Amino acid sequence: MNEQQQTLWGFMFQQSDKLLNQTLQHLGLTFISLLFAIAIGLPLGILIARKRKLSSSILGIAGILQTVPSIALLGFMIPVLGIGAKPAIVALLIYALLPIIRNMYTGIIGIDRYIIESARALGMSKIQILFKVELPLAMPVILAGIRTATVINVGVATLASYIAAGGLGEFIFGGISLNNTNMILAGAIPAALLAIILDSLLSIIQKMDFKKLRKVLYVFPILIIVLSAFYILPSAYGSKLTAGFTPEFMGRQDGDLGLKSEYGLKIHTIVISDAVMYKAAYLKELDVISGYSTDGRLKAFDLKILKDDKGIFPPYYAAPIVRAGSLKKFPELEKVLNLLSGKITDSIMTDLNYKTDYLHESPEKVAKDFLIKNSLYKNPRNGKDGMVRIGSKIFGEQYILAEMYSMLIKGNTDYTVSTKTGLGGTKICFDALVNDQIDFYPEYTGTGLLVLLQPNPKLSKEIAHDKTRTYNYVSSEFKKKYGIKWLKAIGFNNSYALMMRQKQSKLLNVNTITDLKNYLDKN
Amino acid sequence: MIELKSVSKSFGNTQAVKQISFKVNEKENLVLLGTSGCGKTTTLKMINRLIEPDSGEIIINDEDITNQNPEILRRGIGYVMQNIGLFPHYNIAENISVVPKLLKWDKEKTDQRIIDLIKKLHLPASCLKMFPHELSGGQQQRVGLARALVTDPAILLMDEPFGALDNVTRASIQAEFKALEELKRKTIVMVTHDVQEAFELADRVCLMDQGEIIQIGTPKDLLYNPINDFARKFLDGQRLTLEFKVVTIDDVWSYLSSDKISTEEKPLLSSSNVWDAMEKIRSVSKGKVQISNQHNEIKSVDFQQLTQAFNRYKYNNRHE
Repeated sequence: MNEQQQTLWGFMFQQSDKLLNQTLQHLGLTFISLLFAIAIGLPLGILIARKRKLSSSILGIAGILQTVPSIALLGFMIPVLGIGAKPAIVALLIYALLPIIRNMYTGIIGIDRYIIESARALGMSKIQILFKVELPLAMPVILAGIRTATVINVGVATLASYIAAGGLGEFIFGGISLNNTNMILAGAIPAALLAIILDSLLSIIQKMDFKKLRKVLYVFPILIIVLSAFYILPSAYGSKLTAGFTPEFMGRQDGDLGLKSEYGLKIHTIVISDAVMYKAAYLKELDVISGYSTDGRLKAFDLKILKDDKGIFPPYYAAPIVRAGSLKKFPELEKVLNLLSGKITDSIMTDLNYKTDYLHESPEKVAKDFLIKNSLYKNPRNGKDGMVRIGSKIFGEQYILAEMYSMLIKGNTDYTVSTKTGLGGTKICFDALVNDQIDFYPEYTGTGLLVLLQPNPKLSKEIAHDKTRTYNYVSSEFKKKYGIKWLKAIGFNNSYALMMRQKQSKLLNVNTITDLKNYLDKN
Repeated sequence: MIELKSVSKSFGNTQAVKQISFKVNEKENLVLLGTSGCGKTTTLKMINRLIEPDSGEIIINDEDITNQNPEILRRGIGYVMQNIGLFPHYNIAENISVVPKLLKWDKEKTDQRIIDLIKKLHLPASCLKMFPHELSGGQQQRVGLARALVTDPAILLMDEPFGALDNVTRASIQAEFKALEELKRKTIVMVTHDVQEAFELADRVCLMDQGEIIQIGTPKDLLYNPINDFARKFLDGQRLTLEFKVVTIDDVWSYLSSDKISTEEKPLLSSSNVWDAMEKIRSVSKGKVQISNQHNEIKSVDFQQLTQAFNRYKYNNRHE
C-alpha cells in the first residue's frame, strides 16, 4: 500500500505541470459554465416567481435537460458547436441550470408574503423590492442552488475531456483506458478534493448571517469571474491540421508516443472521446484521428486509413478470453465459442460495425443476420444448465460479438446467458473477469500484451508486430498469471489506425503517416 | 381628507367589497370594524392601492388616487400591519429609515428623527443596531409604528395593528397609542375585529358585514342607536364594558352630587370615561376621587355614586 502511495505521489509529482494545468482547466470550466448558468438561471427563476403559470413548464424543461446523459448531451452539441470548450461549457451550463432556477424560484416564493406586502406599502418599486428585499432574503436558498450546481459541475466537467475540452477527465479516462491506477487517482483525487473544497466554502458563505453576507456578496461575483479566467482554452495551435486522439491513444507506445518517437510527427493534438471523434473528423472539426481499423464509422463518414509505413501499430486480433474455472463449469463452452473462429475478416467486421454504428441496426439483429447467413444460427434450446455471463466493452463491435456468442450458446447448448455489455473499458472488463463477475469477453491480442500484461518495452517491441508470437505470449502469460484462457482468434484485426477524410487525403496527397509528417513539416 | 365613492372589489366570484362610500375627516380616527372576511382589510388596502378597486373612486385631499403613481402615493401614507412586516435582513434603524431613504432625506435629518421617535415610543436607543428577531413582539410593533410615522405622513392606515400581541402588551401599547401626541394630528383609518379596541380608539366606527357598511357613527351612536339587529347583536355581550368606556364623566356630571372634600391629589379630568374613573377609584385607598370639568368645577365621587349616576344617565338616555 505504502509503495502504491509513493508511486502515486511520484506520478503526480512527475506530471505536476499537466496536473496543475488540468486542475485549472477543470476549475475554469466549472466556473465559466456556472457564471453563464447564473446569468441565465437567476433571471429565469425571477421570471417564473413573477409568472407562476410558467414555473411548471420551465422547471420541467430544465429537469428534462438534466436527465439527458452527459455523454449524449456532449454528442448532441458537436454538430452545432464543434468540439472543445464551447460544447463543454454549454453542456455544463445545462446541468447547472435546474438547481439555480429552482432555488431562485423557491427562494423568492418562500419569502413571508407580509414582508413583501410591507415593502409595497412603504412605496418601494418592483425593482427596489427585488434588489433590496427579495434577493437578499432569498440569498441563502440561491446560494444553496449555486452550491449544488457547482458540485454537479465539478463532477460532470470530468467528462469534458471526451470532447477535447481538457480538465481532470484527461487523467481519469486516460488512466481507465491504460489500466493505470495512478493516473486515474491523479485525476480523481483532485477532482474529488475540488468538489469537497468548493462545497464547504459555499456552505460557509451560505450559513453567514445577513450582515456578513452583504460584504461577501460583493466578493463572490469577482471570485467567480477570476476562477473562470483560469480556463485558458487549449489553443496552442502549432500546425495547420488538428489531431484528435483518445486518452488511451495518447498514453500508449503504440499510439501518440510511437508517432512522436518513430515518425517524429508534430501535430496540434487534442484529447477527445472515441464516441465523438469520428463525427468530429467528418464535421471537419478534426483532421486526423486515432481510430480503429474495423470501425463502421470509417465507412460511414468516408474516412481513409493512413498506411502505417513504419509499422508502429501492432496487430489487434480479437479472441474470447475465458476463465479457466468457467471452462470447467461449462464443458461445452469452448467448442461453441470457437464456432466463430475464422469467420469474420476485417472487411466483414467493418461492414457489421457500419450496420450498427451508422445504419443504427440493433447489435442483436446484425448478429442474428450474420449467423443465419453463415448457417450458424440455431433456435434457442431454452436449457437450464447454468448461466454463462458474457461481458463486453462499451463499443459497437463488442456488442455484436457478445450477441453472437449469446445466440451460439443458447442455440448449441443447454446453458442460459446473461450479458453484461457496455463495461466501461479494458480495465473494467478485465477486472470483472478476474473477479469472477463475468465468464468471458472478447479481447484483443495487442491490448492483452500492451495494456494488461505490460512486459518490459524491449520484449513488447520485439513481439508486438508478430501476430503469432503475440498470441502465444499472451496465451501462456494469461494462463500463468490469471488462470484465463485465450480461445482461437476470431479472424479480424482491429488495430489502431490514423485516419483522415478521403477528400482531404486526396487533396493534400497524404496516404501514409510519413506523408502526413512531411506535409506537416513543409507547412 | 379621504373619501370613498361607491367602491367595489371582487376576487374571482366573491364580492369582497360592495359599493362602499364613506368620508374620513381630517385628524379623525375611523375604525373599520367587522368579523373576518367582511371586507374591512380590502377596503383599507384600496386606500393606498395595495389592492386596486374594480369600480368607484377614492379621493385623498381632492385628488383621485388612481391618477397618482402608486409608489409615490404609498410613500406619503403611513402603514402599520398586524404581521408588522419588518425586514429581517435590516437592523432596526435601517428598517425605520426605509421611507426616508426612498424620499431621499439626508442622513442627519433621518437619524435625528429616528432618535426622537423611538424615545416617544419608549424604545431603547440600543435596539437601533439590533435585528428584528432580537426584539420582543411589542417592541417590534413599536418599530412598525415608528417606521410608519418617521416621515410624519398626514394619513396613517393600520391593519389590525395590535392583533398579534398578547393581552397585557396590547393594553399597554393601546394606552400609549392613545396618548401619543404625534397621532392626534393624523387622519387614521384602522381595521380591527376587536370591539373594545374599536370603541377605545375610534372617533367614528364603521361597522361592516359581507362587504357592506352596516352602520357608521360614533361609538355612542352604535351603542345607543343601533341601526338594525346585526349592529345590536354585534355589541351584545360586551355592552356593559363598552358603555362604561363610551360614557364620559361629562355625560354623567349632572347626576353627580357636589360634595367636595379638598385633597392634595391632582383631580381626574371629566373628559375621562366612566371605566377609567372606576379603575382610578378602585386603585386609591380611600375609595374616592376628585374630578374637575372644563369650568374648573370639582366634584368628589366614590364607586357607588358613580354607578348610580351612570345608571340614571342611561335610564334617561333610553327615553330620549
